[in-house]
Amino acid sequence: MTGTATAAGRVLAARPPARSTGVFLALLWRDVVVARHELTTILAQGIMQPFFLLFVFGRVLTSLGYAQAGYAHVLFPGIVALTVVLTALQSSALPLVLDFSFSREIEDRLLAPIPTALVAIEKIVFAALRALFAGVLMFPIGALVLGGIPWRVAGLPLLLAGSVLGALFGAALGMTLGTAISPAKISTMFALILTPLLFTGCTQYPWPSLDRLRWFQVLTAANPLTYYSETMRAALVPGVPHMYPWLSLLALAAAVGVLSWTGLRGFARRAQD
Amino acid sequence: MTATAPPSARSGRPGQGGTGPAAPPAIAIEVRDLIKRYPKRPANAVDGISFMVPAGEVFGLLGPNGAGKTTTIGVLTTRVAATAGTAVVAGIDVVADPVSARARFAVVSQRNNLDRSLTVRQNLVFHAAYHRVPAAERGRRADLLLAQFGLADRSGETIDRLSGGQAQRVMIARALMHDPDVLFLDEPSTGLDPQARLFVWDRVRELRDSGVTVLITTHDMDEAAALADRVGIVDHGRLLALDTPAALTRTLPGSSTLELDVGLPPDGPDPAAADGLLAVLGRLDHVERVTTAPAGPAPAGPAAASEPGEPGGAAERQVRVKLYLAVDASLLLAPVATAVAAHGGKLHDVTFGRPSLEDVFIHLTGRGLR
Repeated sequence: MTGTATAAGRVLAARPPARSTGVFLALLWRDVVVARHELTTILAQGIMQPFFLLFVFGRVLTSLGYAQAGYAHVLFPGIVALTVVLTALQSSALPLVLDFSFSREIEDRLLAPIPTALVAIEKIVFAALRALFAGVLMFPIGALVLGGIPWRVAGLPLLLAGSVLGALFGAALGMTLGTAISPAKISTMFALILTPLLFTGCTQYPWPSLDRLRWFQVLTAANPLTYYSETMRAALVPGVPHMYPWLSLLALAAAVGVLSWTGLRGFARRAQD
Repeated sequence: MTATAPPSARSGRPGQGGTGPAAPPAIAIEVRDLIKRYPKRPANAVDGISFMVPAGEVFGLLGPNGAGKTTTIGVLTTRVAATAGTAVVAGIDVVADPVSARARFAVVSQRNNLDRSLTVRQNLVFHAAYHRVPAAERGRRADLLLAQFGLADRSGETIDRLSGGQAQRVMIARALMHDPDVLFLDEPSTGLDPQARLFVWDRVRELRDSGVTVLITTHDMDEAAALADRVGIVDHGRLLALDTPAALTRTLPGSSTLELDVGLPPDGPDPAAADGLLAVLGRLDHVERVTTAPAGPAPAGPAAASEPGEPGGAAERQVRVKLYLAVDASLLLAPVATAVAAHGGKLHDVTFGRPSLEDVFIHLTGRGLR
């Protein structure tokens, strides 16, 4: 029998504080390991819809003569933008809705020795990475479906800058929605928020050409996805009229800033009672 | 470090300077005037709780559902924001420095919150990674704990395939992966079968012996009595009593009890009246409290007509009386028998008893349903 006197002996000595970067990388690694098993889900979630949009609008309608042959090149950059934003949004919103209501499995990570905001930022970063991966996949898919895609090496820096911001925008929006919406309202969210967002984002039409439909042009300017689509067209098909790239990037960055703030706030609110 | 330090002083960690043999035991958990108010709720969930747990103790928080136990654990483990008050774990203020505090404690929550996307072993290994346990150490510790918790053959299993008891064991094993100083167990044996419950109890005792401080919440009196060095009884967000289980039962009015089944003549005075049997028993020396419980059926004769006003009933009136005594119950037997006889009653049954933690609990928190 061990006496109780020995029990009081564990010394509560200070331990060296864990470095946040190491913990952050461990959180990220967990998501990467899990994602490796979910490759088909990623493909189904983010790529099916863009694939069919490309196929029907870029291939079928142009073949039938309802759309001009050059339309596919206007469409493709926008569809990549759509894929990235859609994937980022779903990758961050859906797991959060479940984590904070049913599974609570994020609790173990919230109890890791790292500020809660960094747990949230890891979620945004990982959703953005997943979205960029889906965006990269759209290039071979586009080449296959359309028989050729617009490509400019000179546009690469702009494409990358826009895509990183676009992915972060989708992920931050996903976190804002995912921490604000109860599981019962997920389908309502998709109907009421996601669908209008995807169709007012200038993914299927260049923004300047909307001046013939002025009210819609104003409306689309309120959707950050518009600026990402415009950036992608500026990078890949600069011949098509587009917004100033610096203006698009600025607007996207502002959207990332605002939605990251609301997302982190929502996350903190759900993480601590 | 002095050479005179008792050899058995520290079993958990290698010796550290600064804590001489005469130093008081370190405080592992300190809660001071803790208040938690949820918005739009009329009452505080935690309403001014204060207590201290020395290092190496198993401390039980006992209370009915909704008493504020889980909320208190929530504050101590940085998951609930305190409205007011101080909470310190392993010497770290959890409000001021939640990140450092999280490195020092571990929590096993009431609900299964294991990572369903990972296997059993991955749950343990990733937990260690979140806590910066060196990579080489993670796998070794995981295998050791899985074996210790009887889960070695389950290590590659997904979480959904585990039974409730197995999931509970995985959660405890996971909590131990980063070698916490303080372990919080929130209702660890709710819903477990007796074997699993005993297994958890044994692990808790082992942890205590290795110097880990354990705070355990429960509404199971047996669990509190079996495990806890000291017990705090909580209700409506307040700490009603705090002591060792033995001392708590001693402080209850009456350190022993005497239960009587009495049959009274149907036409006699109401036993609850001022000069009735209950009052007389209550005035006996060393009787601290008298309670009555609904009596069972009369031992003989037709169905008892026990309503006081019933006319013409020949059966006797059955009363079950419980006396809480300050002295040994046998000393009261003679005066009690005399008093019963003086009221024309008969003693059908006598039971000696010592109050349990449950009596203390009911005495302090009442019988109302939550």
